[in-house]
Amino acid sequence: MSYFSFLVEHGSTLLLGTVTTVKVLICATILYALISIIFGLMRVSNNSVIQGIATVYIEFFRGTSLMVQLFWFYYVLPFFGLSLEAFTSGVVAIGLNFGAYGAEIVRGGILAVPKGQWEGAYALNLSPAKRMRRIIIPQIFPIILPPAANLTVELLKATALVALVTVVDLTFEAKQINAITWLSAQCFGTALIIYYIISRFFLVPFLRWLEILAARKIGKEKI
Amino acid sequence: MNAEWRWDFTYQILPKLLWATLNTIMAAGIGYAIAVIVGMLFLLGQRTPYKVINIIVREVVEFIRSTPLLIQLFFVYFVGPQFGLILSAWVTAMITIGLHFGTYLSEVYRGALEGVPKSQWEACRALNFSTIYTYRRIVFPQAFPIAIPGMGNYLVGIFKDTPLLSTIGVAELFHAATAVGGEHYRYLEPYTMVGVIFLALSIPAAIGIRKLERFVNKAQGKVKN
Repeated sequence: MSYFSFLVEHGSTLLLGTVTTVKVLICATILYALISIIFGLMRVSNNSVIQGIATVYIEFFRGTSLMVQLFWFYYVLPFFGLSLEAFTSGVVAIGLNFGAYGAEIVRGGILAVPKGQWEGAYALNLSPAKRMRRIIIPQIFPIILPPAANLTVELLKATALVALVTVVDLTFEAKQINAITWLSAQCFGTALIIYYIISRFFLVPFLRWLEILAARKIGKEKI
Repeated sequence: MNAEWRWDFTYQILPKLLWATLNTIMAAGIGYAIAVIVGMLFLLGQRTPYKVINIIVREVVEFIRSTPLLIQLFFVYFVGPQFGLILSAWVTAMITIGLHFGTYLSEVYRGALEGVPKSQWEACRALNFSTIYTYRRIVFPQAFPIAIPGMGNYLVGIFKDTPLLSTIGVAELFHAATAVGGEHYRYLEPYTMVGVIFLALSIPAAIGIRKLERFVNKAQGKVKN
């Protein structure tokens, strides 16, 4: 069977899987971005209780493997009477896991804002909330976006894991086609190429665009 | 299903899980050793005098870096037999992990080499040192401390990615937990214990790497604030 006829026969199935992968990617990215910012802010809080909660959360989710968390959410939570759909548990597990990594990036970004900005905000007698919201946070984006972009590419790769908890994504479809046809090189090769195309030609350019946008917003032009 | 934590069941399965942990550590260790060497090869491949080779290696690295490890595992495991090359699960796992993390480590090495100031090279040129001598005595000793945090992170990273190996049947910790869970139809304790074991191993590893970094920096007279 030539590769072309393989694509004609199974291409649409793989494309359907790709749509699910992209859906997981988008939902998990939104969730992880929110969690990163919330826990990153908690991590630099002066209140030791809030800071402690954030530290425990971050250490816990960075210390255990994503796959363990994923299976835990899908197979163990029903024991506690909380049954999540496969898609939901996949998105939640990935979001929480990458949120822990992202929170550290946000913390680094907040600490990297020049001291003069903090002092300026003090001098103008801005309230702590206003200082964060109007002075510090707008300036962290050019700092955090490059490492966050790397993390988002990692997230795209991690979405392949949701196939193991029966989400019908690209990986799942590739496995399924492999089980039917035993054309392993074709189906897994195609899946690899699709992931590569998503990352190289869609995700990375989009993240670069965001970086340029963030730099322009605070008046730092980027080439 | 009752959500009660059963200690007797936990004690019953714990020896099995701990034995499997040894396999996990072994997989991570061997995979890392391969990745360290493969990373150097990838770096060398990107620094040859021939532009074409550099570009090809660069693209291969980029490709491996932006595709999921899980599918790479399936690819190596299932495609080999199609061409008459039958690899065991362990061999597949080690090759794939070595290649996948080798690309990451090559980036770490590149960053470390570029982190050595240009003036060091110029000084060596001025002192008429050979290239090999420059690398061995001047560049590598300075690049090494820069590379430690990245290399350490990927050691922990490989360790946390070993559960993926269970999908092709490598009998490591996660595989054992799934097997035990399936036997007794109780997943609460096995999976939770896997998480606990991972925490218990990866947090000390992270602390150890931070200590090593500080030690090397101090030994080189660069004290980090």
